[in-house]
Amino acid sequence: MTDSAQTPPTAPVLEFRDLRVDFALASSTVHAVRGVSFAVNSGETLAVVGESGSGKSATALSALRLNPEPPCVYAGGQVLLDGKDVLGLREKELRKVRGARISMVFQDPMTSLDPLQRVGDQVSEVLRLHGDHTRAEARRAALTALDEVGIPDPERRYGQYPHELSGGLRQRVMIASALVARPSVLIADEPTTALDVTVQRQILELLVSLQRRHGMAVLLITHDLGVVAETADRVVVMRHGEVVETGDVHQVFTRPTAPYTRDLLAATPRLEPVA
Amino acid sequence: MTTNPLLEIDGLRKEFPGRPPSVAVDDVSLTVREGETFALVGESGCGKTTLTRLLLRLLEPTAGRVRFDGTDLLALNGAALKPLRRQMQVVLQDPYSSMNPRLRIADIVGEPLVTHEEWARGRRGRARVRDRAGELLDSVGLDASILDRYPHEFSGGQRQRISIARALALEPRLVVLDEPTSALDVSVQARVLDLLAELQDRLGLTYFFISHNLAVVRQIADRVAVMRQGRIVESGTADQVFTAPEDAYTRRLLDAVPVPDPRRRILGSVPA
Repeated sequence: MTDSAQTPPTAPVLEFRDLRVDFALASSTVHAVRGVSFAVNSGETLAVVGESGSGKSATALSALRLNPEPPCVYAGGQVLLDGKDVLGLREKELRKVRGARISMVFQDPMTSLDPLQRVGDQVSEVLRLHGDHTRAEARRAALTALDEVGIPDPERRYGQYPHELSGGLRQRVMIASALVARPSVLIADEPTTALDVTVQRQILELLVSLQRRHGMAVLLITHDLGVVAETADRVVVMRHGEVVETGDVHQVFTRPTAPYTRDLLAATPRLEPVA
Repeated sequence: MTTNPLLEIDGLRKEFPGRPPSVAVDDVSLTVREGETFALVGESGCGKTTLTRLLLRLLEPTAGRVRFDGTDLLALNGAALKPLRRQMQVVLQDPYSSMNPRLRIADIVGEPLVTHEEWARGRRGRARVRDRAGELLDSVGLDASILDRYPHEFSGGQRQRISIARALALEPRLVVLDEPTSALDVSVQARVLDLLAELQDRLGLTYFFISHNLAVVRQIADRVAVMRQGRIVESGTADQVFTAPEDAYTRRLLDAVPVPDPRRRILGSVPA
């Protein structure tokens, strides 16, 4: 597959070019990502949708070179962040990129937050590790970030531990720590899958409003076509490690070209029949 | 569809000790009719799983009554409960943790028979159980050739079919389905829901379906009860509850479901 066919009108901030990711297991090699190309523009939300085993998470993790190596082998292609190949960076350079220019929100805040560290310190840690913030500056910025993601009484919450917070509040803490350093790309991997539907709605509203305010690019990884339809500008549909369809969200939902996209849409349960 | 009540829950209450005690199920009454799919929906912590455990009598209620086909379940002791229990089977959410990884598929599907049926024991019984397990697998769309394989060799959707085959082994009248498709991919979910509908038609099963997914419930339920903080806040036919919800919480739940149609989005606006 070539990337020239889908060159976007605005400058891409993150671009996958013929990415190939293998997992070398004891008995065999799994080709998880088989030549994936697409670009994410600044200010847009691009959703990568697919079922388990589609390679969507392995693709997303490649943008921070976070797939565990071994067993992961980056077998080919590039991931360009502001034009520079992330896969060619050394560990030290990667650390400067992660959390600062590109950050990530995961599905399960309970396993992604450190249970032994106060949540405020986990937010300010990002600033203390990057750049030249003093402890006090980092703390002030973390409080602002907690406030911005809608955590009531941030001063009190700052000193609490993850187990003292509900699932929705924990996910807000994760979003605060992902955004405190003002990255240009936010990757959200199934950010609401573990949440109740009413909490999911609040977190999606938060992500949409934060994106509008800061103009960052959002790469949303999800299996849920409802979440895609509610939030995405453009959609990439993946299956078996390959992109089967890319397009504007309206086009993908109303005039899907790939048979697999049509199957996915048909399999998605709805509250009301399609108009 | 018949209107004969199969499961009647009346004033059911469950407190867990503490100061103050926490009330997981609070004065719940509902009736499930023979042959229908009754769905219980609610968010995490609403008490739906506790209610399920109470109606299977895996937990003892603090107060209230559960009747199955007119018989008071709570008045029965172990031995007298057994013949009723075989008529109520359960399929759980996670097909990975709900089967013993060291047993072959034949033994997993056949286990309820060995527990409940005299004929299934002994050397002759083994062969008969195996035959029956093969028939059950066939009825859920799997091939009898998998009888000697182990659970780890199967995908989530296949395992859930195996769970369903096991639940059907004793020819139950009521099947409790506790989030049976929540762990599955959407295309696999669609096929498992189709299978459940087909089995219901063919075998006249009654389903008590627990789910947090309103879109799935919309697709399969005849009647629905919405649970919140241990109480049923609204119940009625699926059409009533989904198209003309009366309770504010039900409306909030329905409004929160993401609609898979970008023309109707409320959140992000899209450049035309």
